[in-house]
This record gives sequence, C-alpha cells and structure tokens, in this order.
Amino acid sequence: MATPIEFANQLREKFGELLSAPVEFRGEATLTVSDPGRIVEVCQFAKGTLGFDMLLDLSSIDNYGEDPRWTVVYELYGTGHHAHLRLKTSVGEESSEVPTVCGVWRTADWHEREVYDMMGIRFSGHPDLRRILMWDGYPYFPLRKDFPLAGKPTELPEVAFTRSAPLEGGPFVTVAGGKDAIAREPRVRNPEE
Amino acid sequence: MATQTIEFKDPAARASAAVAAASDDDIQDLKGDKLVLNMGPSHPSTHGVLRILVEMDGETITKAIPDVGYLHRGDEKIAENMTYNQFVPYTDRLDYLAPLANNVAYVLAVEKLMGIDGAIPPRGQYLRVICCELARISAHLLGLGAFAMDVGALTVFLHTFTEREKIYNLCESLTGARFTTSYTRVGGLTRDCPPGWIQAVRKFLDEVVLNIAESETLLTRNRIFVDRTRDVGVISRQLAIDYGLTGPNLRGSGVDYDVRKANPYLVYKDLEFDVPVGSVGDCYDRYLVRMEEMRQSVRILRQCLDRIPGGADNASREPVSIQDGKVTLPPKTKVLTGMEELIHQFMIVTQGVNAPPGEVYFGAENPKGELGFYIHSRGGGTPYRLKIRAPSFVNLGILPEVLPGHMMSDIVSILGSFDFVMGECDR
Repeated sequence: MATPIEFANQLREKFGELLSAPVEFRGEATLTVSDPGRIVEVCQFAKGTLGFDMLLDLSSIDNYGEDPRWTVVYELYGTGHHAHLRLKTSVGEESSEVPTVCGVWRTADWHEREVYDMMGIRFSGHPDLRRILMWDGYPYFPLRKDFPLAGKPTELPEVAFTRSAPLEGGPFVTVAGGKDAIAREPRVRNPEE
Repeated sequence: MATQTIEFKDPAARASAAVAAASDDDIQDLKGDKLVLNMGPSHPSTHGVLRILVEMDGETITKAIPDVGYLHRGDEKIAENMTYNQFVPYTDRLDYLAPLANNVAYVLAVEKLMGIDGAIPPRGQYLRVICCELARISAHLLGLGAFAMDVGALTVFLHTFTEREKIYNLCESLTGARFTTSYTRVGGLTRDCPPGWIQAVRKFLDEVVLNIAESETLLTRNRIFVDRTRDVGVISRQLAIDYGLTGPNLRGSGVDYDVRKANPYLVYKDLEFDVPVGSVGDCYDRYLVRMEEMRQSVRILRQCLDRIPGGADNASREPVSIQDGKVTLPPKTKVLTGMEELIHQFMIVTQGVNAPPGEVYFGAENPKGELGFYIHSRGGGTPYRLKIRAPSFVNLGILPEVLPGHMMSDIVSILGSFDFVMGECDR
C-alpha cells in the first residue's frame, strides 16, 4: 500500500512546479497548488489515476493580514487504498474565486456552499452557489477573522442577532498571544480595534 | 340519466383508453401544475429542523431542495476563541445522541496534532473505546426506533428507549451527566470509571442483546416495514462514494469502509469485529447494517471489558491519562501543596495545552459516519481554524439526488434510514 507521501510525489511528478514539495506532518502529506485556476486539473488526476475517489472534506482558512488571504483545503481519500492526501491552494482577496470541483466529486457542492457562506470565497462554475447555513440575504461572512465573535448589528429587522452574549470576550475566552484576563475586559472584543 | 357503458373492466385499461381519446388540451388540464410542498423545519420525521422543499407531480417527487442551517450556532467560530480543552463541551452538542463518541473523536484530533496520540495509557484507550461503542449502541437504538416509528411501528421505539435509559444511567455514573458528558480531556479522561461500573456494563450488554433480538423480530420480517423500505431510496456504490457518504449509509451501499478497520485508532486493531455491508443500498440495507453494527459493538465491548488493564476495580492503579504536567492537569492535592504542579495547573487552565504549529485531519468512525476534525494550528493553546466534518451534513447532501422519483411517503422512510442529527449537520 502506497503511503500518502508516495502519492504526493506521484502528483508532483505529473505536475512539476505547479505543486510545492510535499509537507509531511504526523503521517499526513500536504501539497500546495500554486495556481488556484488549475486545482480542477490536479483533482481530476488525483481521482482518476491515483484513486482518490472520495472528497472527505473541503474547508477554508482566513489568513487575516497576510497575502494571499484565503486558503482552500481539500481533504482527499481513496476507498481502494485507504490513504489520505491534502491539497491546498491560496487565493487573494481581490479575486476571492476558485474554480469549483463539483465536476470531480459531487459532494463538493455543499462543502463549497458552506465555504462561500462562512468566508465569502466564491467558486466559479458552481451550479448553485447560495448560502447554506446562514439565511439568504444575511450580509456578513461570519467565519472571517475580522468578524467579531459578538456578532454585528444588521439592517434586517428582528432577524439578525445584535446584542452581545455574556460569553463573548469574557474571562473564559482565551486567544493565543492575546491580552491577559485583566486587559480583556470589557467583555466585547472587536478585532477591528 | 344516460347509462354509461363499461367497455373495459380493468381501471388501467380504461384510463389509457380515455387518454388516447382525449385531445392534447384535455391532457394538459389533466396534468395540471406541479405542487410545491414545504416539509419542515418542524416536522416529526425530519428529526430536528431539516426543511425540504419538494416539487411534486401528483404524489411523485420531481425535485427536492433541502434547506439546512436552522440549528447553526457557529461552533467553528467559537472553537477559534477558546483553548482546546474548553471546546470539549461543545462537541457534546454536535451529535447529541452520541456525545461520548464526539468527545473522544475531538480529543484524538488534538492529540494527533500534538503528537501524543500513542502515549495515552492503555486503560484510558480501552475506556475510550468502551465510550465510543456504548455511544454507538445508544445512537443506533434511537435511530432504529425513530426510523421504525416513522414508518408506523411505534412499539420498537418504546422498546429501544428502555435500553437507552440504561445507557444514560451508565453515562451518569461514569461522567456525572446523562447527556452532556464532556468526559475526555486532551491527554486522557476526566476520571477513571467508578467501582462496579465495568460489572454494570457487562450486565447491560447481556440485556441489550435480548432487546436487539426482540426489536429485530418486530422489524426484519415485518411485512409493512419491509414493503416500505425495500428498494426505496436506492443509492449505488458509485454514487455513495461520489457524494462522500460515510458510516452505515455508505456501508449499506456495499462499500467496505470503516475508519476503525481502514485507519485504526485507539486499540481497535487489537479487537475482533466484523464490518457489515449491504448489497442493494436501499433503506432496508441501511437498517440491517445498523442492526448488525450494534451486535458488533456488543462484541467489541465484551472484549474490552475482559482485557481492560487494571481490571474492573483497577487494583493496580493504572492511569487513564498521560502523567505529564504540560498536557494534563496534575492531581488537585498536589496543586495545593507543590509549586511545580501549581504552575502547570495555572498554565493549562489559563493558556491551554501548548500545541505545535501544523495541520492535521483526524476522522473517527462515529455512529452517523466519519466525524472529522481538521485543525490548523499556529502554535499555542487555541486552534487558528477548526473545521468540523460533520457526517450528517455530508450525508444529507445526497437528498436532491435520491428523493426525485419517489412517492411523498417514501421521504419518511429515506430520512429515517439516513439517521442524521441536525445539531451536527448545522454546527
């Protein structure tokens, strides 16, 4: 049975400089696709030739304050060889658009809708890119790092939650490298400040 | 009054003769418009707050649009704002029918990130497996009971709930809570099992096998149940993989993928059990797979109870957590007397366990499917990003593909056989 790193090397042989050198951490292999526009091509090869027939998960990271701002993470799995492989691709804030992989794995449909809903990254060519967890017409992207945990007021009457909940920014909320408990009061922490 | 001559005795032949005689306009009238029906979010067979918009032609579904998110609480956002251990209680509320299994899956992901997943003491690992399998039995009992109730067999539900009550009692004596257990911590467990608990689980297992057998006699050969589930909601092997189904829903379609076998974690590789798979991929197969999984869980549990290091009363004082002040909390008595322990306690409580930068994905075989956690860490006590791969969310994505072509009443069977939990789906 091939290990994740062997699959990663096979992908890299095929695509060369498009992919970064595989990073191995805790037995998992991660490859970064330098051009987000060619992610579909890489995925198609991984599915068709390397047997990664299942897309387990598709998520996104907000590298707030860095460029490129968004990273989309694909967690691939092969039901035949039981190996995992992670693909990543980054895209800047001005385009915020990645081609959809719905044509490769149909499960990507809902995953991509969720990424769009939570972070506002669009997927070009997606058949039905609507919000999925939040309601239609909700104006923000709540998983972005510049969206406060307390929520934001909205124009929508009686729909959006606007007041801070007791937990937010409170003494039990810890952020790595953040302020200590005394400096964290008052309770509502706003990342924009 | 004019007498009507009956040319055809058979109603189907009569109908086709009428259609043949009618003009095109008449047929358009007959067909009429399609009906859009809103099912849920508050409907007994949607098991929570799933809403499905179904477009129907007569009683046949032509299009289905599921609408999820009514129970969205922003768990992933919350996770970014607290330490790893603080998030454990939130995992109770994902799949709230199997909180123990969620606790275990989450801390295993964090431990994988920290590279300490192999260092958990054996007794702790066995206890975690016992937790997972008890949770599986509990979740499947409810899933089957509710499924049977939805298709008209109320007795089964009452039957399986009798057993679930016993599992809750076991949870209560183990963790102090019946429902929101929060039993695990990064590096181990909150406490060892109380005296007599192992014997109580053994007694429960003897009872639950009888109950499973009785429930099975009520369903497996029940004509009504079989008629409503067989060949309904058929998912082919290829389609199931393409839509990323996991757990009993995937195995019902004949794909032999169980995380416990494919990528074993804890002590699963030392335990003997079989993975049941279906052959057709219909609702009935998914039911049979769950039924057999409960039996296999009983089998796993019995092996664990026999082999658990330290035995029932733990006379040899086997630890259940890693004995490292940088990972787990030191004993309370030492915190109040020792300087070093006090510092460790203070650091873990205020800053959290110190995880290295990096990213991991860990998937565990939960009752509903593969519950995965993707953690992107930039070091320190809080995750930079924590993505929850909720099996219920992914499993429901296939509904627009499966529902069309079925009758209205089949939705109930299909939803019941999917056995999803909205708390996990919406996160």
